[in-house]
Amino acid sequence: MTAAMGNRNVKIAIFLVGLFIVAILPLFFNESSGFIDDCTLALAYIVMALGLNIIVGFAGLLDLGYVAFFAIGAYTMGWFASGFYAEADIHVFVGEFASSIPGIHVNFLIVLIIAAAFTTLAGIVIGLPTLRLRGDYIAIVTLAFGEIIHRIAINGDEVQIAEGFPLTNGRQGITPVDKIDLPFIEPFTSLNLRPWYWVALALALFVLFVNFRLRDSRLGRAWIALREDEVAAISMGIPAVKTKLLAYGTGAAFGGMSGAFLASYLNTVNADQFAFSFSIFVLAMVILGGLGSIWGVVLGAVALTFINYRLIPDVLNDVPNKVGLDFDLSELSFGIFGFLLVIMMVLRPEGLIPERRRQMELEQGIGTGDTELDLVEP
Amino acid sequence: MEAASLPAAKPKALRVVQDWLSKYGLIVVLLAMPVYYGIQDLSDEGDLSRLGGNIVDGLSNGSIWALVAIGYTLVYGIIELINFAHGDVFMIGSFTAAGFFGTIGLTAGMGIPGLALGLFLTLLVCMLTTGALNVMIERVAYRPLRGAPVLAPLITAVGFSFILQNVGLLWRGGSQEGIGDLINSQNTLFTITGVEITNGDLLAMGTTIPLVILMVMFITRSRLGKAMRATAQDPEAARLMGINVDTTISLTFLLGGMLAGAAGLIYALYQTTIWYAQGFTAGLIAFTAAVMGGIGNIKGAVLGGLIIGIIQQIADNRIGTEWTPAIVFAYLVLIMVFKPSGLLGEQTREAG
Repeated sequence: MTAAMGNRNVKIAIFLVGLFIVAILPLFFNESSGFIDDCTLALAYIVMALGLNIIVGFAGLLDLGYVAFFAIGAYTMGWFASGFYAEADIHVFVGEFASSIPGIHVNFLIVLIIAAAFTTLAGIVIGLPTLRLRGDYIAIVTLAFGEIIHRIAINGDEVQIAEGFPLTNGRQGITPVDKIDLPFIEPFTSLNLRPWYWVALALALFVLFVNFRLRDSRLGRAWIALREDEVAAISMGIPAVKTKLLAYGTGAAFGGMSGAFLASYLNTVNADQFAFSFSIFVLAMVILGGLGSIWGVVLGAVALTFINYRLIPDVLNDVPNKVGLDFDLSELSFGIFGFLLVIMMVLRPEGLIPERRRQMELEQGIGTGDTELDLVEP
Repeated sequence: MEAASLPAAKPKALRVVQDWLSKYGLIVVLLAMPVYYGIQDLSDEGDLSRLGGNIVDGLSNGSIWALVAIGYTLVYGIIELINFAHGDVFMIGSFTAAGFFGTIGLTAGMGIPGLALGLFLTLLVCMLTTGALNVMIERVAYRPLRGAPVLAPLITAVGFSFILQNVGLLWRGGSQEGIGDLINSQNTLFTITGVEITNGDLLAMGTTIPLVILMVMFITRSRLGKAMRATAQDPEAARLMGINVDTTISLTFLLGGMLAGAAGLIYALYQTTIWYAQGFTAGLIAFTAAVMGGIGNIKGAVLGGLIIGIIQQIADNRIGTEWTPAIVFAYLVLIMVFKPSGLLGEQTREAG
């Protein structure tokens, strides 16, 4: 056995032990404890952040409208698995409870696939106009698309697809949304959060696996090549249009899957969930962890979820009052994320766990400066 | 003979159409809404006064966007960065104005001379505050990243945008806040051919036009303006010619910030409601204006601002306020895709 193989085995062993601990984690907590709730959210956000990481981290296309995919995924769940369209009466592979109420009710796994398909399509549609544009223009166009989707979500209750079938339910939100209902096991409830956690974990593992395989594939290398030097990559025969659209499509599909899961988990699809700040929330996860670094992004997602849902509202919320200031710290959460973005970019642009290639670039960047100095000094 | 010439003729006709579209397509798209509703007005009411009213209101609104858009265009022209926090600098301008009204006790009941003096003082304070703020942002968030990949300063810009929004949130709370209507902005001043000109319109245009003229004069005539244009064209060469590039960039941010502050004051007086999130939408609208005019081009930014103002007003009035942002952003996407160089795009290299 060579040293490299031994190293690989150690890594796999560490991963399996870690996975085991993560998998049995909810058994140590109460069925409906807040901690499992946060963990489930964190896992769903890992899925989303890994999706955005493909677009921003691998392919280098700054997408400021990622919330659009969350919205489309969540609305897919809202359309196909709730009592929202009460006039329709469609039931596909759903349990007894969902079968008994009117509306369109489709099994979660099928909705997940539909959501992935819809968002892939949306990703390609949003990606198409940006193909010829420079990096910062891409950011603005994706942002504009994100805002357009947000506006459509808010005002969609006025838009009738057909009589009695409005597009969205605006700010009231589509609620309740069907609980996940998998074959062979009990239907999920909001009282026992463990099954939700395991489904989120399965999704996260799936996306993690796909991310690793993609990164090391021909396509992943093409993304990185395009990110590094578009002209050089194209002249080496990389089809830029196809490669970029695949990045948008794949990244979007993960956002959509996570969105569909969250719609069911949070039991609502509400237009106010899809504001621009959410795009920045996910982007901050990617930046904090390290652009392009898969484990970094996982860490970033977990860290920001706990900062947002636990640290700021529960632990630190009293701090301003104690030092004599009169405001809620939770009001500040997005300012804190903004601050985090600035600090990370100025002080540690490679992120907490840098991608090896990007770290090399940054160090080489410093290196070129040094050689200039060498020329000047005797 | 005929068969041979036909295939040659067809692409030529197509090319003519394409040329025409790329030259005038954007203008046609922009004119679509006013012309459509103009014809509708003519057939329904027999005159164009409603459209005229929309256009006048649009021009006033547009002059605010024009001032903000100049800030985007100046900064983009010189360091090729979309200063994402600019809209929020504009918001801080509005807040400073509202705060300063209270401090100096300005009320609508004062006489015109007192009010004018008070407003002029407020204008100065707003411009200085936002100018200094913009320079500080550049110093903290953009200068350390000069030479970094394009996306790095853009991300810090987004970060700063959030920080400023939160400052606004803490400063004046999270809900829309009405401030005293100091100038009776909806009061009709006079009527031309059925179109009402209000106090607010006069204020918006009466402040914007001199400011824009001053700005253009500064950039085209003064020594510092020349340095700015030189830096925009080629920073390295400008440095070699003895221009302090860092100072010049700071100066650009100062000017952009000052105009945003003035726009903030006008917005506060004209709309009489302010809130912490106004900067986000305003920033995107003004950016759309800057791109529409051809980014890097001051005249383009003004033109784009006015056009966007009119489109926005027509959309507000005819389609519904809640859809306006979506319509403006759809225009942004269309322009980006089909004519990223904008209306006056050929002059982008000149930055003036």
